[in-house]
Amino acid sequence: MSTSAGVPPATPQDLELEQPSTGRQLLGFNILWGIVGGAAGYALGHWLGTRIGNHIHAQMATDQDDIANLLGLLLATVGWLIGLGFFNYPVGRMLGRPATLREREEHGPWRYFRLCTDHKVVAIQYFVAVLFFFFVGGLNAMFIRGELTSSNATFIQPGNYLTLVGLHGTMMLMMMSAGVLGPLGNYLVPLMIGARRMAFPRVEALTLWLTVLAGFILLSAILMGGFATGWTGYAPLADQARGGMDAYIVSFALIGISLALVGLNIIATVMTLRAPGMVWNRLPIFVWGLVTTSILAVLAAPVLLAALFMTALDRTVDTSFFVSSGGGSPFLWDNLFWFFGHPEVYILALPGFGIVLEILPVFARKPLWGYRVAVSGMFGVALLSFMVWQHHLFVSGINANLRPFYMFTTELISIPTGIIFLIAMGTLWRARIRYTVPMLFSLAFFFNFLIGGVSGVYLSDVPSDVTTHGSFFVMAHFHYTIMGGLVFALMAGIYYWLPKMTGFKLNETLGKVHFWMMFVFFNLTFFPLFIVGLRGMPRRVTAYDPSLHGLNVFVSISAFCLGASMLVLLANLVWSLILKREQAGANPWHSKSLEWQLPSPVPVYNFERIPVINAAPYGYGLPDAPPVADFVGPRVPVGEGGTT
Amino acid sequence: MEATRIPEPSEPRHAIRIVGIWAGLTVICVPLVIFVLGPHIPPGHASQQSSDQHQINVVLTTLATPIVLMVWVYFGYAITVFRQAGETIVDGPPIDGNARIQLTWLSVTSAIVLGLAVYGTIDLFSASAAGAGGGQGPNPLAKPANVGSALEVQVIGQQWLWTFRYPGYGGVETATLALPVNREIAIHVTSLDVAHSFWAYELGVKADAIPGSDNVVYVKPEQIRSFQVRCAELCGLWHGHMNTTGRVLSQPDFGSWIAQQEQQYAAVTKQLPPYSHVYYPSPLRRAP
Repeated sequence: MSTSAGVPPATPQDLELEQPSTGRQLLGFNILWGIVGGAAGYALGHWLGTRIGNHIHAQMATDQDDIANLLGLLLATVGWLIGLGFFNYPVGRMLGRPATLREREEHGPWRYFRLCTDHKVVAIQYFVAVLFFFFVGGLNAMFIRGELTSSNATFIQPGNYLTLVGLHGTMMLMMMSAGVLGPLGNYLVPLMIGARRMAFPRVEALTLWLTVLAGFILLSAILMGGFATGWTGYAPLADQARGGMDAYIVSFALIGISLALVGLNIIATVMTLRAPGMVWNRLPIFVWGLVTTSILAVLAAPVLLAALFMTALDRTVDTSFFVSSGGGSPFLWDNLFWFFGHPEVYILALPGFGIVLEILPVFARKPLWGYRVAVSGMFGVALLSFMVWQHHLFVSGINANLRPFYMFTTELISIPTGIIFLIAMGTLWRARIRYTVPMLFSLAFFFNFLIGGVSGVYLSDVPSDVTTHGSFFVMAHFHYTIMGGLVFALMAGIYYWLPKMTGFKLNETLGKVHFWMMFVFFNLTFFPLFIVGLRGMPRRVTAYDPSLHGLNVFVSISAFCLGASMLVLLANLVWSLILKREQAGANPWHSKSLEWQLPSPVPVYNFERIPVINAAPYGYGLPDAPPVADFVGPRVPVGEGGTT
Repeated sequence: MEATRIPEPSEPRHAIRIVGIWAGLTVICVPLVIFVLGPHIPPGHASQQSSDQHQINVVLTTLATPIVLMVWVYFGYAITVFRQAGETIVDGPPIDGNARIQLTWLSVTSAIVLGLAVYGTIDLFSASAAGAGGGQGPNPLAKPANVGSALEVQVIGQQWLWTFRYPGYGGVETATLALPVNREIAIHVTSLDVAHSFWAYELGVKADAIPGSDNVVYVKPEQIRSFQVRCAELCGLWHGHMNTTGRVLSQPDFGSWIAQQEQQYAAVTKQLPPYSHVYYPSPLRRAP
């Protein structure tokens, strides 16, 4: 790879990393200037939009400044990216500066607050951002459960309540889609395949800063009057909704772009940057999980973008994509949204499969049982997820004669997901299980996901779905798969890989307290909601039948305790990473996987020499298993601009 | 899983133990599910459709029981018996797959899934028409036998209330829903503004109300009783309050009720737009 600095240093030790002074850092492109640029862009866009809008509103008698909102948010995005320095490189190239693969490397804490193209830094930025928005989304849920402690009183105004419901759903969907791909994907994919970077380091940084901005834009919906549509944004309610809908459109679109780019980046990385010897059937199962997820993200997210664009046009210039009286159809949104939305559900499931199947062999001290079957199971899930979207519309009257087809394809998905269970069961057979915190979370994943999966069968069966559709049963079902599945897997991943990312151990006792609180109260929160739904309580309501009051109060109390368990996680992070630091060492779990053969935290250049891979990382119990990789290959030059 | 390795003499027969525990629990739990839990499973017996849906739910729960138990027993057994005490790290036997078990698992899950899909499809289109309670658009396939003589009732959703029209009775529009018992009813659901969903919980009826769309369901009430009507699709501010109580009346009671409604609303009926399966209100404007 070409470098900007002439002859590259021969070894990493020769690589002197720049650490500019604080003054220069403050003046350079960073998050502060991003905020300034965003604010300026918003002001400009809003002013421009008001000018245009005043003219159009006079003709169309609409009474909202959607054009101003949308233009403001779009220009805010541009300003944010300018302030962060994303345009420096393309502009520099136009001015004839040399091509580089990455931005200049730096040391020190400042790099976390600016555009940085080190995949490990981006991953940690992602981790902090996603965790922050995850807590915000969780806080919304606490308010929702607070309102539902009464069957008819309104502690929260209905408009605000629905905004909270929408914010919770959208925030969680957005952030959890990025939640594994971003932090763990960006950190681990290069380390697991023996590479020094992602394929497109600048794109990688771009996806992060778009995600951060998307989260804040979504929150800004509160200031614009909220939106009453939930995360599904159904038309024509979305056409009718207040200005907060514009924030929903822009933030979801930014996440859509970000997801598609993350996916492309991961696919390109795995295709092109695998170390010698990292053949496809040695690829860690976690990487397979991310590859299948990435395929879904790349194919599904553009459909969402198209749908959001139509909503934006419907709202601003009265096109009638979704308005029946104008020749459009609400079903168009339903089709487009769920064509994205169902693969999205598996964007939220497959990384979880990857994490738990990666962790099980380490603590079972056995090879992953049925590796190839596991990979094909993941591909099966990915393929089928594009063929089921109309099961969200079983009672809507759309293509009612296709219901048997969607019932069949939906039920087919239980075959590849069943495979994941088989793999876990095979791996645990006569194992030597150690109950570390990551292992506990991984095992809980299977407990929860089983309940989520079995409840899905009721939803897939059309006559049964007549009762459960749109009720709390659905809500409990997808919380069992997404929270009980993905979030538990993410927690397993955090406890498992954070020592690698930070170099410090997480406190085991606090981790176990966190696990048991989260596991017990998760089940106490969501299992009763199956019953609540079966007894006739629709989703997203502020009032419900008084006979369900007792169950709802029980659920709310459990939910508050579940929320408290997240504070234990936070306490553990503060305690272990800041207050009582304890060195983790290179390989605290005695894993055979490639990333654990490196020092913790991983040095800037990852591998001093590009490793030569000898075996799959699951050779536990084989006395004559070769080391997973040889680190004695030829030295590859390490350079600041072009470290490969 | 012993195919690749002969068990050591000290190794207990895990597989037999697991199957034994599972079989025992299944024998205990399946009758409990059918006879104790079963009668309480929704949606009850208020209509032909809900009875049939109830039966499907009982069948699904009964089928799910051994599967859930199998996974739980296996995991429970594995995490108790295959644990490694203390700090020492010992590797397990390097078994990395077994084609026979994988094939068996795939065949069994495929068979279950195919069975479920066939069962669901047959039930959807069966003569008792369990699936008829779910909204099936303007041209329904799942129809009850004597659909020709069905009573047509229109359900109109708007923010945030339900109204009901009876085209067989001069197109009268009522604020409450009453249906005659033991008669096929064709419910046509539509909306004037945003998407709603008409959910008559006890009757086993749910159909989205979409503006510009005629969504038909069939129901045959079999008990004289009241039932809840709720909105099951988010429709804006007072979505949670979009409830009413419907009634199933005896046929003579229904006759006198509808005659009384016709008379009471005669003046209003004249002002209404002519009965239609869809209505196109003036283009949407936003709430101020």
